[in-house]
Amino acid sequence: MDTAVTAKKKWWSGGHSPFNISYGKLMMWYFLMSDAFTFGALLISYGTIRFMSTSWPDPNEVFHAFPGMGHTNLPLVFVSLMTFILIMSSVTMVLAVHAGHMRDRKAVIKWMAWTILGGIAFLSCQAWEWTHLYHSGAWWGRNPFLNADGTVASTNFTNFFFTITGFHGLHVTSGVVLNIIILANVLKGTYEERGHYEMVEKVGLYWHFVDLVWVFVFTCFYLL
Amino acid sequence: MSNEATLHSQEVIHGAHAHDHDHDGHDHHHEGNFISKYVFSLDHKTIAKQFLITGIIWAIIGAFFSVLFRLQLGFPDATFPWLESILGHWAKGGRITPEAYYALVTMHGTILVFFVLTAGLSGTFSNLLIPLQVGARDMASPLMNCMSYWAFFLASVVMMSSLFVQTGPASGGWTAYPPLSALGDASIGSKIGMDLWLISMALFVVSQLLGGLNYISTILNMRTKGMTMTKMPLTIWSFFFTAVLGVLSFPVLLSGFILLLFDRHGGTSFYLSELFVAGKALSNEGGSAILYQHLFWFLGHPEVYIIILPAMGMVSEILAVNSRKPIFGYLAMVGSMFAIVILAFLVWAHHMFVTGLNPFLGAFFVLLTLLIAVPSAIKVFNWITTIWRGNLRFTPGMLFSIGFVSTFISGGLTGIWLGNSSIDIHLHDTYFVIAHFHIVMGVSAFFGTFAGVYHWYPKLFGRYLNNTIAYIHFWITLIGAYLIFWPMHYEGMAGMPRRYYDYSSWESFKQFNDLNHFISVVVIVVFAAQLMFVCNFFYSIFKGRKVTTTNPWDSTTLEWTTPINPGHGNWVGEIPEVYRWPYDYSKNGKDFIPQTVPLSPDEEKESH
Repeated sequence: MDTAVTAKKKWWSGGHSPFNISYGKLMMWYFLMSDAFTFGALLISYGTIRFMSTSWPDPNEVFHAFPGMGHTNLPLVFVSLMTFILIMSSVTMVLAVHAGHMRDRKAVIKWMAWTILGGIAFLSCQAWEWTHLYHSGAWWGRNPFLNADGTVASTNFTNFFFTITGFHGLHVTSGVVLNIIILANVLKGTYEERGHYEMVEKVGLYWHFVDLVWVFVFTCFYLL
Repeated sequence: MSNEATLHSQEVIHGAHAHDHDHDGHDHHHEGNFISKYVFSLDHKTIAKQFLITGIIWAIIGAFFSVLFRLQLGFPDATFPWLESILGHWAKGGRITPEAYYALVTMHGTILVFFVLTAGLSGTFSNLLIPLQVGARDMASPLMNCMSYWAFFLASVVMMSSLFVQTGPASGGWTAYPPLSALGDASIGSKIGMDLWLISMALFVVSQLLGGLNYISTILNMRTKGMTMTKMPLTIWSFFFTAVLGVLSFPVLLSGFILLLFDRHGGTSFYLSELFVAGKALSNEGGSAILYQHLFWFLGHPEVYIIILPAMGMVSEILAVNSRKPIFGYLAMVGSMFAIVILAFLVWAHHMFVTGLNPFLGAFFVLLTLLIAVPSAIKVFNWITTIWRGNLRFTPGMLFSIGFVSTFISGGLTGIWLGNSSIDIHLHDTYFVIAHFHIVMGVSAFFGTFAGVYHWYPKLFGRYLNNTIAYIHFWITLIGAYLIFWPMHYEGMAGMPRRYYDYSSWESFKQFNDLNHFISVVVIVVFAAQLMFVCNFFYSIFKGRKVTTTNPWDSTTLEWTTPINPGHGNWVGEIPEVYRWPYDYSKNGKDFIPQTVPLSPDEEKESH
């Protein structure tokens, strides 16, 4: 909507940003590329080890519990809920960024608060799932689950699961912290004074990235 | 709306900034105490000096380690009582113990590759030259820039402390391959020293990330008016590509380290499978040690270009300035650097030909590896053509640049040997490899660094280095480097393996005792010459001949339009506008035309 430019402007000739964005947003994009490589390396490592193994545990048999449902077999229901929560928090983040464009401080506050709530809800779900797995004997270096073909599995199923979902959880945690800082600034009126809500956009980029990574993590560990 | 609003406010901020400088620009000293001016400084020039001086300190330590292990290699039967007084039980009776030897070799590699030739080289010159040559008051984010240095400093402190722990520093080679690096019981160097090494390297990755993001966004976003991408000096292009390489490859190393740390302390088996340590079977299974090598070399190979690209950029600039000729094939230079960046990510497995890699896969890596010879050769020919029939001025910076081209050729050619998987089976892990990478990336990158230091010293400190010492430094270093590494090719072709503690006890390598002795003597001489340079460096900061003109090399680029000792903000008043590329030497009857000079009517006609 706002990138329309006069046809004659030479974007790369210096004196202004060639992409018409601030350095901060540019840095965020490059940081996300870098972080994508971190996650990419971890997931490719996981894939390498998994393909080297003759068999691997079946996620439907591992992830089938739901809080308060006892021993009912509900494969992947809980993780679907987690994923839904995280995606919804991305939606509220979009609304927060949009409200920022409109300079609607109240709406920014509302949607940022929902996003933070969504993040915390996701982390709580993850905490529950980790605790549940821990109590069924799974941890780094310990794997109680059998391979899909009934043979004894190596510990790398749980090793990778805890390392990668943990690393992702750390990202969500830092995202929530960043969101809280930004929300505090919004409440203080920092961005109103500054005249724009670009910081909301920047943490928004980070938040969407973390969400996108979860889609890959979710696919690799729960679906495949 | 938002983007425009943002940009507009940016402009306002920038405008205000420039305005500020108009006022207090004349006596250009920002109020500030010692801490904010020299310690946690936000000025890119001060941060550059911090990187440089930290790098020099590390270089002395790293090079001294090589002197120590060369003593063992060159004089395997001799004892040096003074060694015991500095190394204690690591050199009982004046002879370096095998454990100490491996620790020294490992730390020599780690220090020089990462702390000197990555942080010390690109940290110094990216920081110094990017804002000065693109025409910016400072980096995009001076705060992140400052944090980048202090993350590096922290990494340095941790690495330094690992030298003093009881079981010694990491000693499994700078590549830290598991299982040796994953199992604390495998060797004493795999205990706490290895943990400190990993923590230090993780901090180093953070430093590289903070720095790299800043370099990229400064170059893209902060160029002054008229500074199109193709009007940038080749130095800036090289720093740009270096930063891109670093931002994309270091995170993969970090992932590898995270998994390694879990293998060390979390009971996991990412890299471990079916192992025996001290006769005891371990329970680990299902992991792959080769996986670590893939992750490591996915950084490790781009890393050598992270080291060499800044040197290439600076050499291009210095050769053109001191030949009074435009750089030959500017766009080919940029294009070949771009090709190198792409290929850098596609050749890592050539470090792994003998790991059991599928030979079919190896064939592709051979092809891609040999392809790098093309952009490398383009660059070499362009450098030679640049100085061809030029009006050469043999300043120390120029000599080191020419030396760079020499070592890059002679070290690069052996890369073609090693890049062939079949020849590599014979040469892998021999002294041939040592000779190859020391010449092509070690010595060459050092020559690039020295060239840069000699050339931009007037900008750094407002003084010159002593010329006579500089010439002695150059000749000893050039001749010494060849005398040290050339013979190693022969040793390697004869099958002499790397990393052995004592070759005199091997019937097949006894013949090289005298040669090893000779190499070690040269190493000591070259090391002494480097100390001479260090003395020259620190002495000249305070007592060197003063620079009296803003443009001592009659150069076209923007950094020489600043005052001799520029304050924070670089330019007094407005940032100059740029009208032409940086290589207008010997043009239209003029010796040089600075980038800030508008095109003459004749030139206008030509360019249309």
